[in-house]
Amino acid sequence: MTTADLLGKILQVVMGLVVFAAIVGLLIFFIDKAPKKGRDYWQLVGFLAPALILVSVGLIYPAIRTSILAFQTNAGDFTFDNFVWAFTQPAAIRTLINTVIWVLLVPTFATAVGLAYAVFIDRSRGEKFYKAILFMPIAISFVGASVIWKFVYEYRSGDREQIGLLNAIVVAFGGEPVQWLQTDPINTILLIVVMIWVQTGFAMVVLSAAIKGIATEQLEAAQLDGTNGWQRFTNVIVPGIRGSLVVVLTTISIATLKVFDIVRTMTAGNFNTSIVANEMYTQAFRASEIGRGSALALILFVMVLPIVIYNVNVLRKQREIR
Amino acid sequence: MSIAPPDLPVGKNRGALDATADAEASGYVEPKTIRVKKRLTSRTATIASIIIALLWTIPTFGLFISSFRPAELIRTTGWWTIFTNPGFTLENYQDVLLSTSSSSPQLGSYIVNSIAIALLATIIPLVFASMAAYAFAWMRFRGVGVLFVVIFALQIIPLQMALVPLLQIFSTVLRPMQAWLHDVVPIIPEQNYLPLWVAHSIFGLPLAIFLLHNFISEIPADVIEAARVDGATHGQIFFRIVLPLSVPAIASFAIFQFIWVWNDLLVALIFSGGTQDVAPLTQRLAELTGTRGQDWQLLTAAAFISIIIPLIVFFSLQRYFVRGLLAGSTKG
Repeated sequence: MTTADLLGKILQVVMGLVVFAAIVGLLIFFIDKAPKKGRDYWQLVGFLAPALILVSVGLIYPAIRTSILAFQTNAGDFTFDNFVWAFTQPAAIRTLINTVIWVLLVPTFATAVGLAYAVFIDRSRGEKFYKAILFMPIAISFVGASVIWKFVYEYRSGDREQIGLLNAIVVAFGGEPVQWLQTDPINTILLIVVMIWVQTGFAMVVLSAAIKGIATEQLEAAQLDGTNGWQRFTNVIVPGIRGSLVVVLTTISIATLKVFDIVRTMTAGNFNTSIVANEMYTQAFRASEIGRGSALALILFVMVLPIVIYNVNVLRKQREIR
Repeated sequence: MSIAPPDLPVGKNRGALDATADAEASGYVEPKTIRVKKRLTSRTATIASIIIALLWTIPTFGLFISSFRPAELIRTTGWWTIFTNPGFTLENYQDVLLSTSSSSPQLGSYIVNSIAIALLATIIPLVFASMAAYAFAWMRFRGVGVLFVVIFALQIIPLQMALVPLLQIFSTVLRPMQAWLHDVVPIIPEQNYLPLWVAHSIFGLPLAIFLLHNFISEIPADVIEAARVDGATHGQIFFRIVLPLSVPAIASFAIFQFIWVWNDLLVALIFSGGTQDVAPLTQRLAELTGTRGQDWQLLTAAAFISIIIPLIVFFSLQRYFVRGLLAGSTKG
């Protein structure tokens, strides 16, 4: 990087900030000096317009357009072929199956381990430190996490010393080293492990806060009734945090359906590890199969739709209570 | 992507939650809690939590150790043999950061790109979202409920749904602007940050509006009405009252958005063009993993550089970050 490059970049950021500040300043000026007639209306427009315009142009319109593209050939004719492809080609079917495996395993394990850990360390000495350790991967990019785990799964052939932790353990126990990321179906599971590693901290933090919300009296009462730890866990703690459990499960499910970086960086979808989110990118931006890519994006949307509806319902109920 | 919660509200635990957080903050735990706690902890639980903690730290720790080992040693021995095969070097970092030879990763410009992208991609959605959140919370108009639910639902449209058409829009609208900018100010490359700023701002908006609305709508109505009676305009109320009061919420979302943008790969791959002028660190790292997958001395050092800034942000502002997470998942 030359000094000129650096200057150009700094200049860009400064110009970006100045232009943005000018836009906001103008907007506020118009809001305050809006004509007396219909003033409320103009003020409302001023406050809402930037967000609404961006969201309509960048999310609503594209989502509709993608839905249409999914039913078109590259020439623009109407067709179902993209969906036929997605549900009949062995490679595409495998992608769908993998996605289902991901969305079944990741939320379950991340939530279970996060919950167990949250219960174990609850009010123990050094709780904050314990929490920080498990929570740390949240701040690490999926790409960074992929490099970390690729190193764990690294394979050396023959009698050479293993430098990947997993194969070193296998060899230490007298086994043969395995090419983990190229061996189907274990490779999909090992990619899932990375996602679980990232998401468990999130589950743990939310559930830990929920556990602290349970009244101490309740736990004490259960204790006086002579319950053991497991009974208190299933009869007092779990019902007490049911709401948060649902939050965590749905959040991680959505994140898992959309995850792209892990597969992209670790195997690029080879060796039967692809999932819908990655295949969508490969089809639309690598193979220029816009229709197929769009069909996959639409399938992804249909998969998250039940969660969307559930969430909207809960939100509506909340607002009615207010 | 990983950390954007859909914010399913659970109002029930809220009071208790805040109370615990306060108690924690002041370092005060009621005696009764300690009594119950003693009976709940067992040796098995302690051992289990230590094992989990180790499992979660070892992979990162191994990467960290390796990034300081000479290339030859990384290639032939495991990092856990560090004591029998000692060796320490800063060469890997020197190589990935400072070397100008065309075969080295030259991370310097990518770091600058990541910072430049994350900076504006955090500020823009925050400002627009807080304005929209104020309107939703304090300006009365018909259809507010429906519009707000629409925004809420937008969070869950997968990014993938928006990419193809958005790229088409960008190539017809933003590309001429970028070319024009390059003509007027030649020092700014034709491939510039504009598409990434816009894309990240758009994708961050729904969550930002939702979280900030939750906070802003809970400012006491008296405060806002008193200002109205005194003749303050909406602009004045927004800048003088609402923004200063919302600093905690804004801070927690800012950390979210920053880390999210910093860690993003998908948006970068599609909108950056992949050159040194624009592409962020994650994109370069992904590229290295693909083409230089065997050069562990480069990969480990590069990976560690890419995670160090979000980790610093995360650990120094952890309290806000956690609060933001909980606001998203447990507040109505």
